[in-house]
Amino acid sequence: MTGTKSSKILKDKARASANKPAALGEDIDLKSYVSSAEEQPYQSDPAELPAKTKAQMLDAGVMLDDISQRSGTYIQMDNAPVHSSIKQEGIEVMAVSQALAKYDWMADYWWQAVAVDADKYTANVELNQHDGYFIRALPGYKTLFPVQACLYLAKAELAQHVHNIIIAEEGSELHIITGCTTASKRESGLHLGVSEFYIKKGARVTFTMIHSWNPEVAVRPRTAAVVEEDGLFLSNYLLMKPVRSLQMYPAAECVGENAIVRYNSILVAAAGSSLDVGSRAILNARGARTEIVSRAITTGGNITARGYIEGNAPEVKGHLECRGLILEDGGKIHAIPELKGNLAGIDLSHEAAVGKIAEEEVEYLMARGLSREEATATIVRGFLRVDIEGLPPLLSTELRRAVEASEKEVM
Amino acid sequence: MLEIRQLSVAVEGKEILHDINLRIGTGETHILFGPNGGGKTTLLMTIMGFPKYKVTQGKIFFKERDITKLPPDERARLGFGISFQRPPVVRGVKTSDMLAACLRKRASEEEIDRLAVKADLADFLDREINYGFSGGEIKRSELMQLMAQKPQLVLLDEPESGVDLVNIALIGDMINELLEKSCPIYDRKCMGLLITHTGHILDYVNARTGYVMYDGRLACEGDPHEILATVREVGYEHCVRCQKGRILDDWDKIK
Repeated sequence: MTGTKSSKILKDKARASANKPAALGEDIDLKSYVSSAEEQPYQSDPAELPAKTKAQMLDAGVMLDDISQRSGTYIQMDNAPVHSSIKQEGIEVMAVSQALAKYDWMADYWWQAVAVDADKYTANVELNQHDGYFIRALPGYKTLFPVQACLYLAKAELAQHVHNIIIAEEGSELHIITGCTTASKRESGLHLGVSEFYIKKGARVTFTMIHSWNPEVAVRPRTAAVVEEDGLFLSNYLLMKPVRSLQMYPAAECVGENAIVRYNSILVAAAGSSLDVGSRAILNARGARTEIVSRAITTGGNITARGYIEGNAPEVKGHLECRGLILEDGGKIHAIPELKGNLAGIDLSHEAAVGKIAEEEVEYLMARGLSREEATATIVRGFLRVDIEGLPPLLSTELRRAVEASEKEVM
Repeated sequence: MLEIRQLSVAVEGKEILHDINLRIGTGETHILFGPNGGGKTTLLMTIMGFPKYKVTQGKIFFKERDITKLPPDERARLGFGISFQRPPVVRGVKTSDMLAACLRKRASEEEIDRLAVKADLADFLDREINYGFSGGEIKRSELMQLMAQKPQLVLLDEPESGVDLVNIALIGDMINELLEKSCPIYDRKCMGLLITHTGHILDYVNARTGYVMYDGRLACEGDPHEILATVREVGYEHCVRCQKGRILDDWDKIK
């Protein structure tokens, strides 16, 4: 990260790209959304939020009634932060606008991992900046409990523009769970979210994101991570509820030796949902490693499941696993795993499989006494079970609970 | 008792088994010999009720009930249990999940652990079923699942193939426990039908009735040890040449 880009240069670049279509995914008409919303009152105690809102946030993994098992909390409704707090020393959680005012070094991170002019979505986040979260672990500090963040769409037809910055300083450990959801279960909305992760030497970040939208919402996250020497970035993404259109292709770049990136994604597309979701790892330093795992289920929607690993340094290693299950006719899964090796001595591999549930497996379980329905449910549950190495037990449990809560709708 | 009457079976429109008659009394263990492709596995899969194996003629009775049309899960609940020769990998489903499914209401952590220790698979409980298992591990896992299920009709498809000498005794012990071999025959509630290609398992599991199966026909009923000795002497090719099923006593004349 070098130099400071003046905000004018960024704004100019953004303006020049304000209508630039994205490389992937349906082109969303930004004019069909409103961009301003009423101010939301600040809540010093998030438990005071309406019960219905809290229940929706809980669906996305954000718990507000008891925040004793959280190191920090950030909540944003529409385009306004409504709560931020910390429970642990060495962890910073605040609105990104506050961080920009507080730290003059923010320019070293602002649009440094994600290009402001990548497409119209990034450009419009810069042009219509409506906050986002700033989460940072100071050098050597380790979160005991995860930090939670919630980005909530309250007003119908709103375009939410957020820009998040996450920094794990040297030797720190930061666990984050974020939930994104909407108040309405049927009205349209647009979520544009830029997230930039900076994982310094020897730091570990786990980031678990749960999306719970509605069948009319369009979503365009734009995420990138920079991982330094011996750093770890572990990203888990769970989307089991309907959404109209979601496209994202986060990228993590290993810039330091032995940096590790792991992605796990669980995707379910109901009829009417269109998902184009993938993960990219760019291995630019000796000994960097990555593992990308995705599980995609369609019950009638369309899924493009991408994965990309690029090896540009000696002794890097990467594996991509992409599995898709078509539970109902009408659904489509297009798995696109890609590997690119740019020198000798690298080790990249992938496996991809798309199909229906194997009859042989169903019968195997039936021979043990399970009915056809029980056997099918067991196989689907197994398919969705991703044991995530390196995730704290509390988050593993919460992630499993979130999967189980949505399983019934899938089957 | 298991009774099979005049059973013919087709797979994908082609008749594989022809006019099979078989009775296995409670407490008995019968052995199926025969060359590869002779129909042994087809018979076991048909008895278990897998839909791919279509009964075109004849009936299967279990305890005098006609079960010819029952699906495999209902047969399993009636007390049928099968060990597969090549079971599928079920990703994400752990060995412990399979045991819990087999144990049903009797499932408990202690029971699962006990069975895993017995099968020497204690380290496999958290592993996905059959994923990366060796041949011998698959056999032990299959028998362990059957021990959890406690079937009355035990169907074993080549339980010893791919098993090394160290483990074959363990496999034998597990089979003997499944078949209640420690009880006198009149006290047993179980019966078994066991496929063996090599016959090695007969050194560990006692049985008095055997058949050679070839070309989809059951023939040459007799003492399994004698059948094995004959097969070792003249080979299964002889059975293929001999187009008529004979009782073993006639074999001297055939030779």
